[in-house]
Amino acid sequence: MDWVTIISTTVKAAVGVETVLYALAAIGINVHFGYTGLLNFGQAAFMAVAGYGLAVTVTVLGLPFWIGIGVGLLAAVLLAVVLGIPTLRLRADYLAIVTIAAAEIIRLIFRSVAFKDVFGGSDGQRGFSEGFYALNPFPEGDYGFGWFTFNNRVTWVLFVGWLLIALSCLIVYLLMKSPWGRVLKAIREDEDAVRALGKNVFSYKMQSLILGGVIGALGGFIYGLAFASVQPDIFGTETTFFAYTIVILGGAARVLGPVVGSMIFWVLLVLVNGILSGAVEAGYLPFMAPTQVGPVRFLLVGIGLILLLVYRPQGIFGDKREIAIDAR
Amino acid sequence: MRRAVIAFTAFLSGLVLLLTAPAQAATADQGLRGTLTFQGQPVNGVKIVVTTESGQPVAEATTNAQGTWQVPVDKPGKYKVTLDVATLPKDAAVRGGSNVRTPTVYEGNMSTVLFALQPKGAPGQPAQEEGGESSFWTQAAQLAFEGLNLGLIIALAALGLSLIYGTTGLTNFAHGELVTLGAILAYAFNVGVGLHLIPAAVIAVILAGGLGYAQDRFFWGALRKRGTGTIAMMIISIGVALFLRYVFLIFFGGQNEAFAQYTAQPGIEIGPISAAPKNFVAMGIELLVLIVVGVALLRTRTGKAARAVADNPALASSSGINVDRVIRIIWTMGGAIAALAGIMLGLSQNLKYTMGQDILLLIFAGVTLGGLGTAFGALVGSLIVGLFIQLSTLWVPPELKSVGALAVLIIVLLFRPQGILGRRERIG
Repeated sequence: MDWVTIISTTVKAAVGVETVLYALAAIGINVHFGYTGLLNFGQAAFMAVAGYGLAVTVTVLGLPFWIGIGVGLLAAVLLAVVLGIPTLRLRADYLAIVTIAAAEIIRLIFRSVAFKDVFGGSDGQRGFSEGFYALNPFPEGDYGFGWFTFNNRVTWVLFVGWLLIALSCLIVYLLMKSPWGRVLKAIREDEDAVRALGKNVFSYKMQSLILGGVIGALGGFIYGLAFASVQPDIFGTETTFFAYTIVILGGAARVLGPVVGSMIFWVLLVLVNGILSGAVEAGYLPFMAPTQVGPVRFLLVGIGLILLLVYRPQGIFGDKREIAIDAR
Repeated sequence: MRRAVIAFTAFLSGLVLLLTAPAQAATADQGLRGTLTFQGQPVNGVKIVVTTESGQPVAEATTNAQGTWQVPVDKPGKYKVTLDVATLPKDAAVRGGSNVRTPTVYEGNMSTVLFALQPKGAPGQPAQEEGGESSFWTQAAQLAFEGLNLGLIIALAALGLSLIYGTTGLTNFAHGELVTLGAILAYAFNVGVGLHLIPAAVIAVILAGGLGYAQDRFFWGALRKRGTGTIAMMIISIGVALFLRYVFLIFFGGQNEAFAQYTAQPGIEIGPISAAPKNFVAMGIELLVLIVVGVALLRTRTGKAARAVADNPALASSSGINVDRVIRIIWTMGGAIAALAGIMLGLSQNLKYTMGQDILLLIFAGVTLGGLGTAFGALVGSLIVGLFIQLSTLWVPPELKSVGALAVLIIVLLFRPQGILGRRERIG
């Protein structure tokens, strides 16, 4: 087995594009689920409308990159409002079903033949990221040391991505320390008590949904820009579920929980993939075909999610008393 | 308790034995097809050329002795279909003059391309509309039939989901995987072992019931004893769904498969409806199972106990009902009929490792529409969802038919969140 490659890809995965975009999605979910107790199972939809908002504005309408970013963010806010109005008054499991349904509606529309001219069908859209790379201050070349190098485009994406993560974490940290954040946590603990204190619970939940959705939307931008394309099936329900696994792994209701969770999640995923692929290639696992390696690692994600919630629902950094996993 | 469980599964599987016929499935995921007839006779040997919208060649086909042709395509999208006029019979011409059609192919659907033939030199527009284009109402009847079929399948799966929710508070995101499990188990015994589909289906349903029992006995029941919250259990069920889905992918593979029997049944026509006989039989079985389960819920002691537990577990427990036993029976039955739903779904479509995942949201839509936690609400809601999905294709493209159903789910929650048969307090 080629250990150098396995270890280098694993280390790179700790800061890689997937880690960044899932960290952003997970920070958003942390605002929803960790702090407010909202079970938003449609985070992938927020990423999708942002990515597609950018892509369609630039490629179909021919408008500049920054307007695309604006359209994407606006789309995420709109989605939060449209989703929130019917569902935020409902109990947690209804919210979960409605958000997951809405995410599927959006994915099906994006991949439909009927709207192929706008959204590009199942192939998605491409060719909208030039505006972003034109801003790249890193000249041509590789950055890093030894085998830990990224080319200038990836470096630029990662730089912006980690900047956004830092910014989001700072915002979440400051907000959750503020009176506003304490109301959110109080809603998570006992909605009726907060209502009795004269707070408009619906409005607070809506603000939380919008904030988390916009942070998730940043993840959608990072995806679109890093891979220079958006495809509908990337934004399926499993994306949301992986982001949930990340939040729970890192620890819900902790500012840095989702970031650390995302790093660990992708390091483990890439490491398992590397070791299994290497072992299969070297013939140590004669019962496994190379194509079965991919499913095996996602199967492990499922087991990991079960074990985490059964034995350590607070994740690595969380506090068990702060997790909204009981019925209300 | 075990005796009751075994009796119940045996009972259900006995019902399945009555089943005489399931499924037909097209081998290709999507494609184009058509039938050429001229003066009532099929036309043999006509060349059809399919290209993409931009003119890239895809495939050529020649009509067979029945006058039919078929071209599978890799991707959904717009295609250009050209009929080679030179290969037509000497005295025939395409009505309307144009020998080019540009149909749209949707994912997982065969699009029918219509070329009407007429004697050469005949006037362009004959007075009566003939065969090919069916009227709105015929189409509606056909779609209503298909919708009923889908609705019954959803209802089978939804019944278990709704009762499990009612008795344990668990919103089970892994229920779709129980549907897939049934289909894949039946496939394993049918194609893998070589049994005929009917005994294979019976074994699959019994096994799935047993697995449902084991799931509650060793997993969910243990979690309940630990005092795991319902939201934690919901997220755990997502983990279970991911786990099972990828287990299926590893053992079954990512391709589409069909059962060994009943795959290509010629359709029969009853009134405006044309369908393979297996569909009628499948619907009969589904209906029968639903009626039997419904009667069992209303009339038997266990059924009454199940409804009592779904209503109020604490009260049921204090009035002497063994709640754990009831829950275990519901899991067993829920697993068995979800498996039956999977087999029926595999008959009317293809088998795929994501088939349960794909239908899960429709099951949720049915359950929510009818009222989460109620048994008969799930039935009513599922039938409405099935009918709505198919009938909506009269106006919307088939690829977007699920969108309508999911949108209705959201709208229902706006105006009547407790569903049709639910009660107000349930939504909290």
